[in-house]
Amino acid sequence: MENRIVIETEDLTKVYNGQIAVDHLTFQVREGEVFGFLGPNGAGKTTTLLMLLGLTEPTSGKARVLGVDPVREPIKVKGMIGYMPENMGFYRDLDALQTLRFVAELNGLPKQVAEERIERALRTVGLFEDSKKKVGAYSKGMRQRLGIAELLIKEPKVAFLDEPTLGLDPDGTNRMMELIEQLSQERKMTVILTSHLLHLVQRICHRVGIMIKGKMVAQGPMEQLAKEKLGVGAEKYTLEEIYMKYFKEA
Amino acid sequence: MHGLKAIFKKELSDHFSSYRFMILFALITMVSLIIAYMVGMTMREELASMAKPKYVFLMLFTSRGGLFSLVQFIAFFGPLIGLILGFDLINRERNEGTLSRLLSQPVYRDSVINGKFLAGVVTISIMMVSIVLLITGLGLRMAGVIPGLDEVWRIGVYLIISIIYISFWLGVAILFSILFRGIATSALAALAVWIFFSFFVPLGATIIADALVPDLNPNNPEAIIKHAKIQKAISLVSPMQLYTDATGTIIDPTRKTTRTVVLMGPLEKLSQARFAGPLTIGLSLLVVMPYILLLIAITAICFAISYTIFMRQEIRSL
Repeated sequence: MENRIVIETEDLTKVYNGQIAVDHLTFQVREGEVFGFLGPNGAGKTTTLLMLLGLTEPTSGKARVLGVDPVREPIKVKGMIGYMPENMGFYRDLDALQTLRFVAELNGLPKQVAEERIERALRTVGLFEDSKKKVGAYSKGMRQRLGIAELLIKEPKVAFLDEPTLGLDPDGTNRMMELIEQLSQERKMTVILTSHLLHLVQRICHRVGIMIKGKMVAQGPMEQLAKEKLGVGAEKYTLEEIYMKYFKEA
Repeated sequence: MHGLKAIFKKELSDHFSSYRFMILFALITMVSLIIAYMVGMTMREELASMAKPKYVFLMLFTSRGGLFSLVQFIAFFGPLIGLILGFDLINRERNEGTLSRLLSQPVYRDSVINGKFLAGVVTISIMMVSIVLLITGLGLRMAGVIPGLDEVWRIGVYLIISIIYISFWLGVAILFSILFRGIATSALAALAVWIFFSFFVPLGATIIADALVPDLNPNNPEAIIKHAKIQKAISLVSPMQLYTDATGTIIDPTRKTTRTVVLMGPLEKLSQARFAGPLTIGLSLLVVMPYILLLIAITAICFAISYTIFMRQEIRSL
């Protein structure tokens, strides 16, 4: 893939209360890629995403998102990225329509544009029929899909999905994965996603990065990692094997 | 200000549709109406004993019909309005995971806290204005008193001071909702501060003044004055005292000072009785201006502290 670089970091470091959460991280993501961001809990994946969003200031190092520095222009960066946090919550007393209208307003969208996008987004994620239901009554899967709808309203070029499948049932997980593939293929979105469901990551990601204890221990297309680590050609590996190998070494 | 308007609108509609607000409003209205009714009933007797009644309309707010006057009621329970509206504004969003979602939208972090504070202030204003209007209406109906222009101005100033006062407590509540993650913790902390200032400080002021000036001989005016001064200085730590003093001569024009003890010779007493004219509103304002400014200052400081802490908090810990 020879597309332009959308996200790049250089020696990005974050120290929380004397503990290094992200340690001199350098990586790139190119336009249109689906990048699987893997690693054990507490490895610093979410912190990295927050730094890219301009929600947390890095202790040192640089980051660029679509050519913009998130430390200097966080508002601009946040306007261009759709972020779905892990364990996100919604205002329980609003229905889906009100939730999305509020987000549209926060993004400063004109009313008419907003209404069009809201309807399209709700249809895309399959929540149009339930759009008048209070979000408090939604199932986990519906809420995650509402999160995707919220992201679509911004029509971002880049999406950060932090554990989009966490706590979903098999059917919900499948629908979520199909949605993500759709974002990537139909809307040409660049997607960074973190997940522990390695077989699914293997299915939809073009490249993966494995992060352990704040360090990126490996990144690249899966075939390449397989060759490096396991010494087997394509086809004969699972991401799980690669991951466990790296994990044990670290 | 990115997002301020949207957040303000949402917060305001949240306030007005919440049960908490409705119950609070019903409660306050009920008590106010009871007070106004009792005042209205006893007012006729009071008026009969006065030679030349002035500011009859303001008496609706100041005279103690049964237990306490409306002004006292607001001084005492007004803080609860602010506390109840604000104690979970930030930490609820944190706990439910909506704050990180909100902040990942292109909005400034200040907009979140500004929008919440503003919406709270507007809610408080609407509540206070409607209570005053209700009582005015009741007064008109029951006692047939019509407010003069001067009285309308005074009520206006009183309303503004009250709104600032309650907003201060809203600021305190928001500060705790930023500091503490637990909603119950922040509610309790805010309540503790309220009790400290409303009960503990006045009591402490008396105890300390008694300790410092143990000999309160009625023939020793210096000691009495000293006692009163010490007591006053300590009790001014409490915003409630500030508020009572700030509204004192505004709502009661016959009071000319915020001091509690005034030394007077017999001749002065005579001239006071002879020429006891009420203060004009301008003079009243002049008397209480320091208190009003102080009240605004502590509100601003409290908000500034919340603001700084909120702006520096790591998102990870949100």
